[in-house]
Amino acid sequence: MERSPSSVGGNENLNNETLSKLSKKAREYIIRMVYEAKSGHPGGSLSIIDILIYLYYNEMNIDPTNQNYEDRDRLIMSKGHASPALYTTLALRGFFPQELLMGFRKINSKLEGHVHRGVPGVETSTGSLGQGLGIGLGMALAGRLDHRNYRVFVILGDGEIEEGNVWETLMGANKYKVSNLIAILDRNRVQLDDMTENVMPMGDIASKVRSFGWDTMEFNGHDFNEIRKAFEFANQKRDGPVFLIANTIKGKGVSYMENTAKYHGSPPANQEEFEKAIKEIRDL
Amino acid sequence: MVSESLREKYGEMLVELGAKHPEIVVLDADLSSSTKTQAFGKKFPDRFFNMGISEQSMVTAAAGLALSGKKAFVSTFAVFLTRTYEQIRQSVCYNNIDVKFVVTHPGITVGEDGATHQIIEDTGIMCGLPNMRVIVPADSIEVSSVMHHLVEKTKTPYYVRLSREKFPVVNDSDYKFREGRNTVLRDGSDLTIFSNGAMVGLALQAAEELKAQAIDAAVINVSSMKPLDRENIVKYAKSTGHIVTAEEHSIFNGLGSRVAEVVSEEYPVHVYRIGMRDTFGKSGKSWELFDYFHMGVKDIVEAGIKCFQKEDDYEAVS
Repeated sequence: MERSPSSVGGNENLNNETLSKLSKKAREYIIRMVYEAKSGHPGGSLSIIDILIYLYYNEMNIDPTNQNYEDRDRLIMSKGHASPALYTTLALRGFFPQELLMGFRKINSKLEGHVHRGVPGVETSTGSLGQGLGIGLGMALAGRLDHRNYRVFVILGDGEIEEGNVWETLMGANKYKVSNLIAILDRNRVQLDDMTENVMPMGDIASKVRSFGWDTMEFNGHDFNEIRKAFEFANQKRDGPVFLIANTIKGKGVSYMENTAKYHGSPPANQEEFEKAIKEIRDL
Repeated sequence: MVSESLREKYGEMLVELGAKHPEIVVLDADLSSSTKTQAFGKKFPDRFFNMGISEQSMVTAAAGLALSGKKAFVSTFAVFLTRTYEQIRQSVCYNNIDVKFVVTHPGITVGEDGATHQIIEDTGIMCGLPNMRVIVPADSIEVSSVMHHLVEKTKTPYYVRLSREKFPVVNDSDYKFREGRNTVLRDGSDLTIFSNGAMVGLALQAAEELKAQAIDAAVINVSSMKPLDRENIVKYAKSTGHIVTAEEHSIFNGLGSRVAEVVSEEYPVHVYRIGMRDTFGKSGKSWELFDYFHMGVKDIVEAGIKCFQKEDDYEAVS
């Protein structure tokens, strides 16, 4: 089955310039949300945001005015700490009002610290790492059983794939040859404590995943031309699942947050840092 | 009393209900010939997923299927399901979705396979999960009725604890499981024995023997461990004044604990708990193990008699 995007749902096909503007806006929201909440995970949100913007505007068959239609593409943010990135993308795309974003992590808000299914557009709660790919496999199997056309996108962190649950599911998805399952690895090379290679050497992830029976492709997760090519690759006719490895930069767009574990789970430390982050994002 | 297999009944019911309910899917982890989900797999191969010895993948895939409108039955041995506690917590219970964990081979009735396989803490673990409901059927008739209940009336997470052994049939053939309602299998005025699962048959035998000691014991099946029938427990605490609990499980965080919580809050009476006393099991014939761990008919009878000895004579265990 050719998995080209259908005309159902809202596929905007925006050009790179417009996508970049949206990404900048989203980056600013991410910083504002975690600064307002005085907590949260900016680093891994800034590394995945360009891909999320591309997916929700150009790739996925979704409809913010009919959010639960059966044939919609599903996205699972398995690295559930990147909630600022997902919530921001959903709000920009019209799933819920942007004003709600500043309620992030507050007691009277639905915007839980980690991705929560009560938020419009969210398919499953996540936050404990390693579980989203399995959930994606289940959704892909259900889609096949129901003869539906939808695709399931699962975003994984590179620290996250140290979890055994991921590798169990890499086996299972190969067994069931789910060609409607697309995993995207946010390969930003940093996890909470340190660089991933210091915490747990992952070696050649692409060849490991290929040996589990998946097709793989590596691309620059901040370049919209490369992102476009990656999803064109994912959409080629094939017999099994696809694992896209997005080479990204942790904290991308804010100089002092880039390539460091310090801002994996910490907001700007003070007003000065906050203003510097906003200025740098606006100057991107 | 005639004995019947609970897991065989589960397998039959999956096939029967599966024919009427296309939304049912079944997942197993290389134990389908033991859990008896295999028959469903043969009849409905497209809706059966043998995930291999990969319980984490099995539970998360079940969550994904349920999030897509399926009713997912997940089966393996009880002890192996608990390795996915966190997947059950995060992906199933927090999402509050239609996944039914129906496990076999819990407790000491596993027998010869020994302590590694005899989980005695599982219902405590599962009762602690928000949104999870917990059922411990006493016989094959109850399994049948529970399956109808799960398929026809529910869309949230359940944990159902079956067994390896056959259990004596204690319910009437027209028995209907009612969630949150105990079943009085034998009424009595002096003492109440609350039990479930494997222990119900033993409790009924113990009640017969207590009758010879002029103690009139009620026997109540608490198959619905969560929600619990608080009203019935309080009613019998008041009417009999003495309680013995009997469970094939640790006395910690199990049926005894739950009953004690209720009476402590509402009508304190003495509760004597029969169960595994902070110990692992061991290999042996399953019915020998009940005596070995002081959970046999004789032990239930002794607990019942102790209720009527002077308080000074009562020797608390644990």
